[in-house]
Amino acid sequence: MHIKTMAEYAANGETPEVLFWVGCASSFDQRTQKITKAFATILDKVGVKFAVLGREESCTGDPARRAGNEFIFQMMAQSNIQVLNMYEVKKIVTTCPHCFNTIKNEYPALGGNYEVIHHTTYLQQLIDEGKIKVKEGGSFKGKKITYHDSCYLGRANEIYEAPRKVLEILDAELVEMKRCRSKGLCCGAGGAQMFKEEEKGTNRINFERGQEAVDTGASVVAANCPFCMTMLTDGVKEAGKEDSVQVLDLAEIIAESLK
Amino acid sequence: MQIVQELLFVIAFGIAVYLFSQQARQIRKNILLGRDEDLTDHPDQRWKNVLLLAFGQKKMFRNPLVAVLHFFVYAGFVIINLEILEIILDGILGKHRLFVPVLGSLYPVLIGLFEILAVLVLVSCAIFLIRRNILKLKRFISKDLDGWPRSDANYILITEIVLMTLFLTMNAADQNLQLRGSEHYVATGHFWVSGMFASIFNGMSDSSVMAVERTCWWLHILGILAFLNYLPYSKHLHIILAFPNAFYASLEPKGEMENMPAIQREVQSMLQPELATEAPAEGAEIPKFGAKDVQDLTWKNLLDAYSCTECGRCSAACPANLTGKLLSPRKIMMDTRDRVTEVGKNIKANNGTFQEDGKTLLRDYITEEELRACTTCNACVQECPVSISPLDIILQLRRYLVMEESSAPAEWTGMFSNIENNMAPWKFGPDDRENWINEMNS
Repeated sequence: MHIKTMAEYAANGETPEVLFWVGCASSFDQRTQKITKAFATILDKVGVKFAVLGREESCTGDPARRAGNEFIFQMMAQSNIQVLNMYEVKKIVTTCPHCFNTIKNEYPALGGNYEVIHHTTYLQQLIDEGKIKVKEGGSFKGKKITYHDSCYLGRANEIYEAPRKVLEILDAELVEMKRCRSKGLCCGAGGAQMFKEEEKGTNRINFERGQEAVDTGASVVAANCPFCMTMLTDGVKEAGKEDSVQVLDLAEIIAESLK
Repeated sequence: MQIVQELLFVIAFGIAVYLFSQQARQIRKNILLGRDEDLTDHPDQRWKNVLLLAFGQKKMFRNPLVAVLHFFVYAGFVIINLEILEIILDGILGKHRLFVPVLGSLYPVLIGLFEILAVLVLVSCAIFLIRRNILKLKRFISKDLDGWPRSDANYILITEIVLMTLFLTMNAADQNLQLRGSEHYVATGHFWVSGMFASIFNGMSDSSVMAVERTCWWLHILGILAFLNYLPYSKHLHIILAFPNAFYASLEPKGEMENMPAIQREVQSMLQPELATEAPAEGAEIPKFGAKDVQDLTWKNLLDAYSCTECGRCSAACPANLTGKLLSPRKIMMDTRDRVTEVGKNIKANNGTFQEDGKTLLRDYITEEELRACTTCNACVQECPVSISPLDIILQLRRYLVMEESSAPAEWTGMFSNIENNMAPWKFGPDDRENWINEMNS
């Protein structure tokens, strides 16, 4: 497989169908890179012409803005918009709900107007169009899966059903946690919490959520966000279930089930 | 004798309305201490929010059983105003049950419906008292409510029970007098609820029953007028402010943070000087970045604070609060209201100008530790039945901390400099972004 950057497309005088905005978390971390690779594999397999920005991509500025540092946010946002506008990007897909939210909702005020799609919605569209087909009796057959609503896809942007519909194509049993959809519980990483210790409390948020996921009896926890992925993995580990409960991104689940 | 009663009523009514309007003006002034913000776009969507969220109480129905009980109290309040209108007109004009001739046979039906509502209000308030004081639901025993807020809630419920009891007793006595054919008490037809209790007055003389009826009438209306004047000091103010607050609720996606044009301009002049929009005129006041005190917040934030009924649904859903951190979104709203009330008093006492009192919302009311614990998950915003955003206030205070005071936990400072230098919140260089690509391409 050959992953092409925007610069390569431009050099050949071509334009891709969609820009895959990878995001920092999914670029660097070994575990979350797997999400990126899985999603790229899906795009490649169904024949979507996509590009990445590679080294030209920067942090969207989300954690800086939410921590209160508007200067850094503006610097990142404005330079990203310069790059995106230079390449005349129209359509962006991303596996990170934080990048999704920022580019979709906050970049327009700064002159960045794009069609921004989160990968779970994109996967659902590809399924609806019949482009993604899954194996009969794949590795998730008969398994219990519970889906964790990330705050930035769910409450922040009210996308609750698309990811669930994606999971429905598997021959698996979807079980809900006590707190789900608009009542979902945060993984603990948003608002730049990913980058510092939690304040003093009686429990950690990701331990609370991890326990709740484990309590459903599911053997797979489906996530849609690289931050949730990290937090939930730790949460499940804390609950002592790292051997029997897997935390997987929807892209990984679909990539593994592709026909 | 009649004219004395009329006079007394007009005086009492006048004083109550005057005092209330004074307090309402003060609250309006306090709210307008906030920064300006235009929230009048998409009026159709805004009216829809008023209908669904305020009139329809849509969000309350996330918890259906309580929603039904609350709906009884709310419907009772709204509809019983028709009855109060009659009482007020009777009081001013010295009439008794003015609407009987107008409404005819519809009259007892209407009163019957009011009475059923009154019973439902009574029962609901009793259940609410039990939930608060005997079952001690977690969100009601939280230390956010220690002191006045807890008594406030109980006073409101008890007052509503007393008012409803007075209303029903008054009607029962009235019905009894009607059956006796007492001159002043026009026959209205059967009252559905109080009619069943009319006979308890049978052993009493005409004048005693009349005394009961009059006493209940007076206590009922004076109680309502007193309650009206209690509102501005109470969490119960939400019965009024929930409506404008729903109208002015944010229509943007919850994940969107307010842009800061001043900083946008500054950064633009660094990155693309040719595109930079014109800088504000020389000598223009340099805006404060973020919020330190209530005057730095928007008027909607302050309206939010006065609309808060301290139900605690926000804090009960807050992941930080749930895991024992200091942050409670409800407390953020209560602190904001306490502070803006204090600032308003200060201004009033100093002939219209604010005298430094050495206090600010940040730190004297809301601590850094509380602000730091927020994950910006929007659960509090989602849960609020009256469209309050505690998150908006939290984020503006965080902006002040970071941009004006450079106060951030060391890990955040590290994260900021990583983004600034490496374009990523972690210590990875831009080239490392392509590691996964190289692995896949090889």
